[in-house]
Amino acid sequence: MTKWSRIFIKSNVWIPLIAIVLGLLCGAIVMWIGGYNAWSAYSALWQKVSGSKYDIGETIRTITPLLFTGLSVGFAFRAGLFNIGADGQFIMGMTGATIVGIKLHGLPWIVHAPIAVIVGALVGGLWGAIAGVLKSSRGVNEVISCIMLNWIALYLSNYLVRTLVLEKGQQRSQMIQDSASLSIGWLSKAMDNARMDGGIWVALICVAVFYVLLWRTKQGYELRAVGHNADAAKVAGIDVKSSLLKSMMISGIFAGLGGVFEVLGVFHYQVISAASSGYGFDGIAVALLGGNHPIGILLGSILFGVLTYGSAGMNFTANVPTEIVRIVIGCIIFFVASHGFIQMLLNPRKPRRSSKKKGAVERGSDLGLG
Amino acid sequence: MKKAGMKSASLVLTLIVSLVLILSACGKSGGNNGAASPSAGSSASESPGASPSESASASPSAAPVDGKGKKIGMVTDVGGVNDKSFNQQAWEALQRIGKDTGAEVKYLESKKDADYETNLNQFVKGGYDLTWGIGFLFQDAAKKIADQNPNAKLAVIDTTVDAPNVESVTFKENEGSFLVGVVAGLTTKTNKIGFVGGMQLPVIKKFEAGFKAGVAAVNPNATVTANYVGDFSKPDLGKLAAATLYDAGNDIIFHAAGGSGNGVFNEAKDRLKAGNQVWVIGVDKDQAIEFGDDVTLTSMMKKVDQAVYTVTQDLLNGKFQGGLTNAKELGLAEGGVGLPEKNPNVPQDVLDKVEEYKQKIISGEIKVPTE
Repeated sequence: MTKWSRIFIKSNVWIPLIAIVLGLLCGAIVMWIGGYNAWSAYSALWQKVSGSKYDIGETIRTITPLLFTGLSVGFAFRAGLFNIGADGQFIMGMTGATIVGIKLHGLPWIVHAPIAVIVGALVGGLWGAIAGVLKSSRGVNEVISCIMLNWIALYLSNYLVRTLVLEKGQQRSQMIQDSASLSIGWLSKAMDNARMDGGIWVALICVAVFYVLLWRTKQGYELRAVGHNADAAKVAGIDVKSSLLKSMMISGIFAGLGGVFEVLGVFHYQVISAASSGYGFDGIAVALLGGNHPIGILLGSILFGVLTYGSAGMNFTANVPTEIVRIVIGCIIFFVASHGFIQMLLNPRKPRRSSKKKGAVERGSDLGLG
Repeated sequence: MKKAGMKSASLVLTLIVSLVLILSACGKSGGNNGAASPSAGSSASESPGASPSESASASPSAAPVDGKGKKIGMVTDVGGVNDKSFNQQAWEALQRIGKDTGAEVKYLESKKDADYETNLNQFVKGGYDLTWGIGFLFQDAAKKIADQNPNAKLAVIDTTVDAPNVESVTFKENEGSFLVGVVAGLTTKTNKIGFVGGMQLPVIKKFEAGFKAGVAAVNPNATVTANYVGDFSKPDLGKLAAATLYDAGNDIIFHAAGGSGNGVFNEAKDRLKAGNQVWVIGVDKDQAIEFGDDVTLTSMMKKVDQAVYTVTQDLLNGKFQGGLTNAKELGLAEGGVGLPEKNPNVPQDVLDKVEEYKQKIISGEIKVPTE
């Protein structure tokens, strides 16, 4: 209960709400300057997200990978690590699931699908663990190694898809076997052919796992202790090195799972792509929006997903050009992410005093914004 | 302290809410002006590329079609509508349709691969008369949406979809590339020719294969070296690849690398400034217009705009041709690919040779390989 109350203590409820309103207002000013009707644009956004069963389903589909990568980045933040490599772990998760989903034949669904999920998650986790090992054994800054590993992951997966599972004459892999599919057919039918899969349920389980692992186990206590102050944790007898490694691995598993469901649930194939989809980077924003708390990350991913999916409606229905739509979305995220600014507005004489307590959260936002 | 915080918070909120209301009221009057044209940005870029193809595409049916009340939609791939490549060409064609026929045209940009389906659906469910999907990756999305909405009409560029309500347009890039290969083979002084590709995809391989065959047909002693940069939007990588090829003695480079190809032109210009005349062969449209005649030998034009214009016009005339059997594959015979009309850097005897090979390809005497 205390945790719950902590998220909903007064100042914390006000800050995101005011931030969203300020962001919407700022976006409205931008649209007004551009000569567009802000009110109809925002109602178009809302209409696009909630207008039909199809749109609701597709919004959930948009939220799912954001939630996974948000959890991934948030988990690493809690242990004092900035996992900018969620993007690479996401891609490796996709690749692992794609190859297992295509190459294994003749297995029943109940065996094949879980194997594909587990392999994808593990590949993502191991990819995260590479940065973890480098950090814990040699002190290599995880930001640098992760950025490099992102590129390696992208090109390695393109290479693997092209050499192992390429559909002839196409720019993508073959279709995965039906036995590996995690799409939920009846739910898609019920949602007017929106792409529904098991991802959101697993993501919600991961939200719970995130919470239990960090706040209800000894292991999680150690991870958080390392995150607050690695030196103090070491003096207290905590194995800092293995904690760093573990947290990167778990973080990688979360991101990898995001990739797994993108392949097995949404696309059923993997595309050879020149650039990553960017879910890992969106995940950083989601984690920061959510203050690295599982519930916060869930809410952050919903906000981010709604804005992402709904922005097409602003373009389509209200005729706002995509460039302005992106500025508006940027404004909203900017205000939501700048806690300190809003706090200063609310209470100019006591800036940031109370937020000091949040430790890892602050570390996170400092890293992300500064 | 807490009370004060609450008070100021509610004050701020009231202020904001009232401001939002005022502003959105202001916006209402201004909004209608902007509603007619979704994007003003592309009108500026329309003028250089539009003129040559306009005359070409207007010819099939000169009488203006009345498209009033018809709605045409277009979904870009992740390149976006200002990609200086097929998305932009297609959108320019649709804008001309809008101007010529009075039809309502609109586009949606895809930010991620997952957006293809939802964006197509937006148009289809919005009752659009035709929805374009631009690019190779629309195959699966267009197939799915077409099957789910048998009454909707769709069209795709660069891929073939097996559905009765989808019209597919692909190009024989290998044939056009063969002709620029002929130009390169006859122009090279070092007998070394380079090719810079975006990514190793089947469609880019078609450019390379046709180009190599064209060079080999007229100059068996020349070698063609291919270099893939792995990206369609990185001019720095294109410049690097071009530098490597020019350093190795290649004096002509054909690029099929989208935005990365801008770097190839850049490198050629740098070398020209240093006193070395090297050549680039452009792609998709007449790139001499953008990069100048001093380095652009010629271009392999792929007339996406013309195809989009013609198919859309046909639809407005009630002549929509969906299904696999009606899939269009535009080559030299159909005028879908080829050299620009003006080639100031290519001597007449070379152009005569090009024309000779063009006729041989059209007559079927020469089969151009695709991979």
